[in-house]
Amino acid sequence: MSMTPEPVLQATGISKFFPGAIALDDVSLSLYPGEVHALLGENGAGKSTLIKCLTGAYKRDAGTILLAGQEINPRDPQDSLALGIGTVYQEVNLLSNMTVAENLFLGWQPMRHGMIDNRVMLKRSKEILSGFGLDIDPSLLLSSYSIAIQQVVAIARAVELAGKVLILDEPTASLDREEIDLLFSVVRKLTERGLAVVFITHFLDQVFEISDRATILRNGRIVGTRVLADVTQTEIVTMMLGRELEEAKKERGKAVIGETILELKSYGRRGTIEPFDMILHKGEVIGLAGLLGSGRSETAGVIFGSTPADQGTASLNGKPIKLDNPRSAIHLGFGLCPEDRKTDGIVGDLSVRENIILSLQARRGWMRPITRAKAEKIAEDYVKKLDIRLASLDMPIRLLSGGNQQKALLARWLATEPDILILDEPTRGIDVGAHAEIIELIQTLRAQGMALIVASSELEELITYSSRIVVLRDRRQVRELRGDEISIGAIVRSIAEEGGAQQ
Amino acid sequence: MMKSPRLPLYLTMATFFLAYLLCIWEFPSMFSTRVVANLLTDNAFLGITAVGMTFVILTGGIDLSVGSVIAFTGVFIAVILRDTSIHPLVAFGLVLTITIAFGAAEGAIVHYLEMPAFIVTLAGMFLMRGLAYVLSTDSVPVTHEFYDVLQSIYWKAPGGGRFRLIGGVMLLVFIAAMVVLHRTKFGKNVYALGGGVQTAQLMGVPIARTTILIYATSGGLAGLAGIVYSLYTSAGYSLSTVGVELDAIAAVVIGGTLLSGGTGFVAGTFFGILIMGLIQTYIVFDGTLSSWWTKIVIGILLFTFIMLQKVLAWATTARRKPATEFAMRS
Repeated sequence: MSMTPEPVLQATGISKFFPGAIALDDVSLSLYPGEVHALLGENGAGKSTLIKCLTGAYKRDAGTILLAGQEINPRDPQDSLALGIGTVYQEVNLLSNMTVAENLFLGWQPMRHGMIDNRVMLKRSKEILSGFGLDIDPSLLLSSYSIAIQQVVAIARAVELAGKVLILDEPTASLDREEIDLLFSVVRKLTERGLAVVFITHFLDQVFEISDRATILRNGRIVGTRVLADVTQTEIVTMMLGRELEEAKKERGKAVIGETILELKSYGRRGTIEPFDMILHKGEVIGLAGLLGSGRSETAGVIFGSTPADQGTASLNGKPIKLDNPRSAIHLGFGLCPEDRKTDGIVGDLSVRENIILSLQARRGWMRPITRAKAEKIAEDYVKKLDIRLASLDMPIRLLSGGNQQKALLARWLATEPDILILDEPTRGIDVGAHAEIIELIQTLRAQGMALIVASSELEELITYSSRIVVLRDRRQVRELRGDEISIGAIVRSIAEEGGAQQ
Repeated sequence: MMKSPRLPLYLTMATFFLAYLLCIWEFPSMFSTRVVANLLTDNAFLGITAVGMTFVILTGGIDLSVGSVIAFTGVFIAVILRDTSIHPLVAFGLVLTITIAFGAAEGAIVHYLEMPAFIVTLAGMFLMRGLAYVLSTDSVPVTHEFYDVLQSIYWKAPGGGRFRLIGGVMLLVFIAAMVVLHRTKFGKNVYALGGGVQTAQLMGVPIARTTILIYATSGGLAGLAGIVYSLYTSAGYSLSTVGVELDAIAAVVIGGTLLSGGTGFVAGTFFGILIMGLIQTYIVFDGTLSSWWTKIVIGILLFTFIMLQKVLAWATTARRKPATEFAMRS
């Protein structure tokens, strides 16, 4: 590095082990005063683990942290705040039932004669906030202001209390463009004051807009640190995904594409996913590719009706349909395996059998219960077909391994014999063996004539089973790759394409 | 537009004054210092209890044990004054120590064992009521001359109203509570806890200390209410003040404090108490109505105020201000 000033924070050799996994492996990070340093990486790369180690939320297993030349060992986030490291999260961690001033000063209120001096508190709040370019009345409730303003108040509190390093963990995730501008202007004011800002986000455009340098993490290791003025988005994406662009094309199964089953026209939902067109045929897999937050899961949710579209039309087998809730989607022959199976998918305390027949029962309605014998038969059938390994059908599903839970979830939807199956990250967090089995299953289903939509961050996997790949970026479909166009290089280039003609 | 959370408070105040005006319109003799003085005296113990309850509810908790604590306090004082020769002031100090420790223990269980306050204080309710029975199942009269002294302290207002000591104690408790809630760090921590325990913890609020202090406050104030009640009735009886905890909760809610915590004022609770007292006074003046009408009107009021809170909560979330309105051009 050509930078001459001393780093304000220097973390060296940080490691963190979880039972059975290395979350961080010998990670080092230097922050210089006045810089915005982006921390990049896909989910599970170790960004939040690193932040938690720096702020003391996790106990690190190895490594040293120097803050302004002094070694520190924060016990908890409160401690690191007192030392000078402030953190602001995506969900505003302030109290909406209290006023802006009370939030700013909670715990360090100005006192006079043993009592809180409200007048001084309001005056100082106004001064602090106007230093951030905000002209608001601090005596009003925090909840009367928008998330962006609350975000700035949180930043103001963190900066007032910490003052050396500010960590922003996905602060822009729920903000619109104007609000992002406001936030960025605040960040620029902070760097002018000499603060070091760590910026975590999934939006690459924003990284290039505000950050000076970026450190890229993958699988708990540092891939590299780059001065952003010297690199392109493509290089960064390649580092994040860890693929060589000129990799050989994967062998792909031949697909026999049948007739059109689902047709979506300018389908979309404001603030979730921009309108898109999609035609799905029988015996076809459409892959959804893109970085985290690019709109993969959102596309799945809009099609399934769990976040209903507010514009566009849909037709199934040529007949117009309405997909405004999952129930009607299930009735029409749709199935969705959600991304987060722990919270959206499995019902942990119910038995494997009950979990498998859940959707089938939901479709039949509670008036026509499935008999125990029939449930047993269906469940046994799929356990055998999908090779789900378990001790008994009666055991609670939460005791199964991740891969087997995923297969049981698949069984749930297969039991409803859907025409269209949407899978969101079907292979996340499962072991290699189960991984291969699920991919094989997807290919089998396709060969049987089912239409599938699969969202995944595993590009190799997508290439293996997709007949077409839709690339998403910033909640917009930017490209559709078909046939021989499909390659990892093409996907990465589409993801990273700067600006684009649409803007 | 709800810019500050004071609207429910103003509504409670308006309800009280409107109701009082209606009462005066029907019974002009209700406009007298006598009525006002009696309102304060008769509701002193309930008011003091409700202050403690306001603290607890502001944090999102509940304290069901206060009614039993009042009864226990009354019986304890009566028995100890009957059987020993210690001065009532010492007895007061003793019983306050017990009730504060009892409340603190409840708070510690709620915090450290992560138990719902409802269950913990329900257990406390049975425990204290049982202890009162163990001390005495009969009504024990208090015949200490110091009691006569305390009971004879009053200020006679023009119009014949006698403002007695215990009403004054209640007013002092309300004023002290307001100062504590709005001008001390502890008070702000109470609101912070009610806004969200997780968030409050992230912002550095000492959760354990605050929780224990709050239940200790409620226990201690219930103890004080018990002392006031024993001055009011000159006796201690283990079957008295059954259900007072529910009256206190009702007063707090009518006063505009959200049961979910985080929003509310002690001043609101004061007017909640006055409204409930006023209904009772009206029924006495009417003379033909059954006293159970008090419960019916309180029930209706509670429903109305809960609905109102829902509407207000909906109105606040619907009217967020856009960010850009406040950005200064730089």
